[in-house]
Amino acid sequence: MTGTAPRTLLTLALFAAALAFPFLASGYHIYQGAQVLILAIALIGLNLLTGYNGQISLGHGAFFAIGGYGAAILTVKLGVPYFLAIPLASLVCFGAGFLFGFPALRFGGLYLALATFALAVATPQILAYKGFDAVTGGSSGVTLIKPRAPFGLPLSADQWLYLVCLACAAILYFAARNLVTSRIGRALVALRDQPIAAETMGVDAALYKTTCFGVSALYAGVAGGLSALAVGFVSPESFGLSLSLSFLVGIVVGGLASLGGMLFGALFIEFVPNLADQLSVTFGESAKALPGAIYGVLLILAMAIMPGGVAGALRSALRWASKTK
Amino acid sequence: MPSSGASRVNEFLHQLASGLALGGVYAIMALALVMIYQATQLVNFAQGEMAMFSTYFAWKLTDLGWPYWRAFAVTVVVSFLGGIALERIVVRPFAKAPVLASVIVFIGLSLIFNALAGWLYGYSTTDFPTPFDGRPWFGQRYMSAHESGSVLVSLVVLALVWAFFRFTPLGLAMRAAAQNPTSSRLVGIRVGWMLAIGWGLAAAIGAIAGMMAAPIVYLDPNMMAGILLYAFAGAVLGGIDNPFGAAFGGFAVGVVENLMGAYVVGSEVKLSVALAIIVGVLVWRPSGLFGRRIVARV
Repeated sequence: MTGTAPRTLLTLALFAAALAFPFLASGYHIYQGAQVLILAIALIGLNLLTGYNGQISLGHGAFFAIGGYGAAILTVKLGVPYFLAIPLASLVCFGAGFLFGFPALRFGGLYLALATFALAVATPQILAYKGFDAVTGGSSGVTLIKPRAPFGLPLSADQWLYLVCLACAAILYFAARNLVTSRIGRALVALRDQPIAAETMGVDAALYKTTCFGVSALYAGVAGGLSALAVGFVSPESFGLSLSLSFLVGIVVGGLASLGGMLFGALFIEFVPNLADQLSVTFGESAKALPGAIYGVLLILAMAIMPGGVAGALRSALRWASKTK
Repeated sequence: MPSSGASRVNEFLHQLASGLALGGVYAIMALALVMIYQATQLVNFAQGEMAMFSTYFAWKLTDLGWPYWRAFAVTVVVSFLGGIALERIVVRPFAKAPVLASVIVFIGLSLIFNALAGWLYGYSTTDFPTPFDGRPWFGQRYMSAHESGSVLVSLVVLALVWAFFRFTPLGLAMRAAAQNPTSSRLVGIRVGWMLAIGWGLAAAIGAIAGMMAAPIVYLDPNMMAGILLYAFAGAVLGGIDNPFGAAFGGFAVGVVENLMGAYVVGSEVKLSVALAIIVGVLVWRPSGLFGRRIVARV
């Protein structure tokens, strides 16, 4: 009881702050806030798969791309309204993830990392493929129109989109929270830690792992679709290996097998490249190396001294504080 | 565009030859991957960026006016020592960590090398010298001098690695340490050092692969991403626990990739050939063509 009450309060306070944010901040900051929420959705999805179920994916940028392109093609080429396009595109992602999950069953840890790495590297080339030019716009991509606020609400397009992202993030966060605390969540963790024992206890490994892959891809798809709307543009170059690797950095920094921590992870991977951009004004081209260097060092340091990421560190700090009290 | 039959055959042979040339690079990259895999059952995702970094080092030396082969030799030795240092300092603390942690550490290393190269040498594409200048060898028209030389270097590296493991006491000790660490330790082999030397060798072989690839794909911090992917495909195809299988796989992937790029899918989506090979092999024959089938004991 005492453990959960402050936590619920904290979540509510955070949500209230996030809700107030677009009415206090300026245009570009609202856009950045939406990006953070979008990244948090993708990170929660990847963490369900990698953190909770132990399946390594270095290629979630591919599912993010399917979501983005799906939303772009549905809205621009087929005239589907965006609030239907995003669920539809993320369902396609669920299907793609579920199907990729089947061969993944046979790979096991390391080989799955290899296959998803290959997926991440090949994605931009596949998106730019000339045969799909008519649909995907080839290497120049597709331009979207930012949705306006409905019912004549006095909101700017940025504010409206931020609120849409916030609603999606909140719903998907609570869905994931319920998933991991349920029987299914325990089965996913058991398959990660003790696969043989879990199967002996009657957990259907194939079903759980493929479905987990599908759900994880669905989250990445929602994030990709929202990102396409927020940026107003999709192109092959934005879905390369570096995107997939930044997702990995996000879940490691935020905390493997943590959901709340993904907010930290998202803030981190949104603002470190931004910081590098600002520094490059004074330091020139060499500042381009900064995000990669910070990411790389933090990945190794996190594994060495802080395997629980920010969330794990906060958790042990709280535990320490409650003990000394 | 070729129209007559003869020029079509010429075109085909030309594609085959350039496939073999890059295949040699993939083969020795795959060999470097196997070197670490055999000892630790891990795939080094940083192998490509390590090779790229070594190649920049060689470029810096030739840029300072060093003759090619001296720069080549110094780069190989420095990479060897660098690989050992890397294993001792960065990789070793994670020896008992789960696979996920190791993969994350390797990805971290690759990001660091990429950033270091960009910071030290810049992000613009550079030419890289080749020692095999001049007219094509043996009076044929299908392979440039550099491509022939690169295939030759790959074969020499393969032969040297084979001789090292087959005929030297150190090679035998390394094989023993990889196969049965506990018994090896009992007979006095320092297993930890064998792992470090394995990393050193992998780094040195990777450096050679980078220096052979750079004149073809040009030097820039991201030059090895595609090559590493093809080397993965080669290693998986040939069997990642078998050095010669992996090397064969590397050559095969080079040829298949080039022919598919020229005749079937087009050169813009060649990387998806690697993806298809990796997924296909893992689904239908996970141990590869020459790999040992692993049966897990429950």
